[in-house]
Amino acid sequence: MDITIRNLAKHYGDVPALDDIRLDIPSGELLALLGPSGSGKTTLLRAIAGLESVDDGSVHFGEIDATRLSVQERRVGFVFQHYALFKHMDVLHNITFGLRMRGRATRPSKSEIRRRGLELLELVQLKGLENRYPSTLSGGQRQRVALARALAIEPRVLLLDEPFGALDTKVRRELRTWLRQLHDETGYTTIFVTHDESEAHELADRVVTMKEGHIAAAVTS
Amino acid sequence: MTTAMRRQRNALVEPALVRWLLIGATLLLLGVFLLLPLIVVFTQALKAGIGGYLAALGDSDTLASIRLTLLTAAIAVPLNTLFGVAAAWAIAKFEFRGKSLLTTLIDLPFSVSPVIAGLVFVLLFGQRGWFGDWLSAHDIRIIFAVPGIVLATLFVTFPFVARELIPLMQAQGTEEEQAALTLGASGWRMFWHVTVPNIRWGLLYGVLLCNARAMGEFGAVSVLSGHIRGLTNTMPLQVEILYNDPGQYSAAFAVASLLALLGFVTLALKNFLEWRHGDELAAVRGS
Repeated sequence: MDITIRNLAKHYGDVPALDDIRLDIPSGELLALLGPSGSGKTTLLRAIAGLESVDDGSVHFGEIDATRLSVQERRVGFVFQHYALFKHMDVLHNITFGLRMRGRATRPSKSEIRRRGLELLELVQLKGLENRYPSTLSGGQRQRVALARALAIEPRVLLLDEPFGALDTKVRRELRTWLRQLHDETGYTTIFVTHDESEAHELADRVVTMKEGHIAAAVTS
Repeated sequence: MTTAMRRQRNALVEPALVRWLLIGATLLLLGVFLLLPLIVVFTQALKAGIGGYLAALGDSDTLASIRLTLLTAAIAVPLNTLFGVAAAWAIAKFEFRGKSLLTTLIDLPFSVSPVIAGLVFVLLFGQRGWFGDWLSAHDIRIIFAVPGIVLATLFVTFPFVARELIPLMQAQGTEEEQAALTLGASGWRMFWHVTVPNIRWGLLYGVLLCNARAMGEFGAVSVLSGHIRGLTNTMPLQVEILYNDPGQYSAAFAVASLLALLGFVTLALKNFLEWRHGDELAAVRGS
């Protein structure tokens, strides 16, 4: 689904966190938000997800005005920098959380939820780990679980905050290649935040550079 | 083990003499100040034999005090659990004006003498207190009655749950809650499926401590109770009354032994839960 951002603005006191952001992301694009810390890239990502309030402007997913929707209603797949996995649930319950939280009318049956969970586990190449707890997984595995959990809700768009930030170089490179493949297979419109320039250019279709709350440059890879 | 390693290890370990002195001193203190009094309580309680012990506990005034203590705890503990969770949530997960003031206020019952807490309620609700006229006009008794005892207990036990939860919730942050929201959970379901499971052990400790104190509180309750036998005496007050009555000496210890048993049950329950759910506990605390 395509994302249209118009005149998005947010201030912390007098400091602009987001300064009149205007951005069009066509359906299926893999976009990188690049910039140093404090440039507003994470704030923009969180504003798209509805986790951050904005003072002005709008975000549309296709024809839908997301600015009018709550976080829950936006149906955004969000992968947090430190994954934010539910520590007290095993991997399968983490992944199926979104399905289990649905209202009775739209919630699939228990066996269907399990089937979908295992299917996603296979998609992120973690088959057989469904009963493990997050604390027993490596960083790369946690990242994949977080991604599977976000994909489980069949999100309108996929948003990733510093997806490789907490991983070592080798795992980073592997996951990067894999994420690109996964994106090409699933076709979700995806935005990821990074401060690593080479990572942004290697992975993304287009790199948007942010500086002091506004967009400084947009480069197609 | 290489010599270098051994030397390093030795540097981290105290000499044997110091170690034994520390262990010995700790054991001695525990023995004299904790174990010995407990033994005395139970031997005194059983001095009149099992029959005397049961008779002492079966006394109607004593039974009334046990009932009142249970009632007070049954009201104060759930309410303070609710208040504690709400206060800890507000302090740990939101930024607002007056937050440090609120944190200080939560600690107030710990820093103020319970007797003063009791007196404050007398000043508010007593005959000549602020609300005294209104209360007597509407025929509501708070002081020297059960409501006063419950109020005093509520005040004294307020910090336990909140104190236990605030650092825990602060350390956990709000990322898991945010994740739950993006996955479509309502605020209510997020609370029950994510927040509560993450704090349940801290919550349980808080509740156990709160309960122990609610049943054992003396000072504040003593000021507000009026010591009416069979009506407004809780177990600790009943112990004092019996103790001051020369003929009831061992009965006093019988009731005291019940209170001590309560402490044991609390500790045992805590240890059992730690042992039974140890891995989960580690999983939640570890990462």
